[in-house]
Amino acid sequence: MASVAKDIRVLPAETARSEPEESPYVEFKELSKIYATDDGPVRALDGISIGQRKREFLSILGPSGCGKSTLLMIAAGLLPASHGQVSVQGQRIGAPRTDVGIVFQNPVLLEWRTALGNIMLQAEARKLDRTAAERRAYELLDSVGLKGFEHKFPDQLSGGMRQRVSICRALIHNPPQLLMDEPFGALDALTRDQLVLDIQRIWNEARMTVLFITHSVPEAVFLSDRVIVMTPRPGRIDQVIDIDLPRPRTLAMRETPEFTGYNRQILDLLLARGVLRER
Amino acid sequence: MAHAPGTSLRTDTHEHLSIEEVEAREKDRRARHQSHDRIAAVLYPVVTMVGVVVLWEVVVRAFAIPSFLAPPPSQVVATIIEHGNLVLKNTWVTTVEIMLGYLTSIVIGVPLAFGIFMWPSFSRTVLPLLISSQAIPKVAIAPLLLVWFGFGLLPKVLVAFLIAFFPIVISTAVGLASIEPEKIYLARSMGLGATATFFKIRLPNALPSIFAGLKISITLAVVGAVVGEFVGGEAGLGYMLMVANGSMDTPLLFAGLIALTIQGVVLYALVEWAERLAIPRRSTAATAALQSVTG
Repeated sequence: MASVAKDIRVLPAETARSEPEESPYVEFKELSKIYATDDGPVRALDGISIGQRKREFLSILGPSGCGKSTLLMIAAGLLPASHGQVSVQGQRIGAPRTDVGIVFQNPVLLEWRTALGNIMLQAEARKLDRTAAERRAYELLDSVGLKGFEHKFPDQLSGGMRQRVSICRALIHNPPQLLMDEPFGALDALTRDQLVLDIQRIWNEARMTVLFITHSVPEAVFLSDRVIVMTPRPGRIDQVIDIDLPRPRTLAMRETPEFTGYNRQILDLLLARGVLRER
Repeated sequence: MAHAPGTSLRTDTHEHLSIEEVEAREKDRRARHQSHDRIAAVLYPVVTMVGVVVLWEVVVRAFAIPSFLAPPPSQVVATIIEHGNLVLKNTWVTTVEIMLGYLTSIVIGVPLAFGIFMWPSFSRTVLPLLISSQAIPKVAIAPLLLVWFGFGLLPKVLVAFLIAFFPIVISTAVGLASIEPEKIYLARSMGLGATATFFKIRLPNALPSIFAGLKISITLAVVGAVVGEFVGGEAGLGYMLMVANGSMDTPLLFAGLIALTIQGVVLYALVEWAERLAIPRRSTAATAALQSVTG
């Protein structure tokens, strides 16, 4: 773990945005995943090749069952690929990555620990300095509007609050990469808007690389530098769309012609592929 | 639509109050409700019990039922006082049998469940044997244990153990296995080792299920010990019941039943108390669920 962190610090500057093609931060090469089921093998992912630049906010958007979550699991080193490989800074990954923070669709909090305790689990696992980690946990909770809820248990928090705690847990060790698997999927629209704004701010402050899996077209456009649209099963990359909107993005920006143009472009693609049908 | 009379009355009384005053009233009302509920939780069962006992006394006396059929409660109480030492001594014997059998079933059952959970091939070997062994009525094994181990403490402990340990094994194994896979994924991405994952995540996650098994098992251990004494005992409440039965001493029979009941309730309460110590959060959630069921 420590050696990984060191590697990141000595990273040469050319991985910055200017020369993405040369050495992407995370690179998927010819990645395929086949699940054996009772009805025969199912191809979940088929020949995914893409590089993610350092600091890039990359979203993966597609219909259910297109292998988005599988892709994230492989990127985290939690699932093996059937074919192809993922490398981080040129190093092929073969074990669970510990240089990431993961947020799942469900908050996955431990019911017997408080909000603070759940965040501190990450610190305990990594043997971080307790006092410093606790201070950071308080700061993080404050930054997502949970000041005063540090000692509440998960069953005393709303769904949105629980997901915010799980985001704090994914951030306390300052990971260079954040992996999010439909983190707002189970939340109401207003909470989603707030969390989208929170994530944009956190991403901007912490200078992280984010891989974001989503179903929501406006969310993907709002947050991302690039959106990868996937085809229905087997999941292939259909199109990669650069979102060229100024940052920080605001809620009002969602009404601008540029923003709605991107929405339209993705929706048209989904219509053309039969993911959406208007008639 | 016209308001129901009660509703309109309530709004009227609140009209002249400030919102803070209404809040205070609601808080007060809630506190009164809660203390009322707490009193009711003790009072209702006690009143019911007293009612049953009084009714029993009255019926037995009114119809002049002979005491070898149904002794009046007053006579049972008199017997308990008269034979207090005998009842206490036998209760102690049975308690020792129960505790030894129960603790053995925990000491063997919990590690066995860990093994079943951790090594699939071990599970495939042991689980079918375990399940088929449960098809044998333990009461039917008791005479065999008597032949093997004589009339002493051991056969009773063994029957209690044999009855009690299966629920512990199953509930522990189920508790360990039933966990959201994401919790394990998270642990791995945190770099948490296998041992730490087990003790920090999997075991606490399994505790409610483990305690569900422990609570079933303590009542079964009581049954096991008494059955053991029925078959071949020279002391204990089960033995006392057999003796009382043989001499048609029905009041003593009732005294034994009452002692067994109190013993069972106390042992169960001890396990519940241990559960509250081990999982303060969950048990409150479970209690809330229970309250919502019982109203």
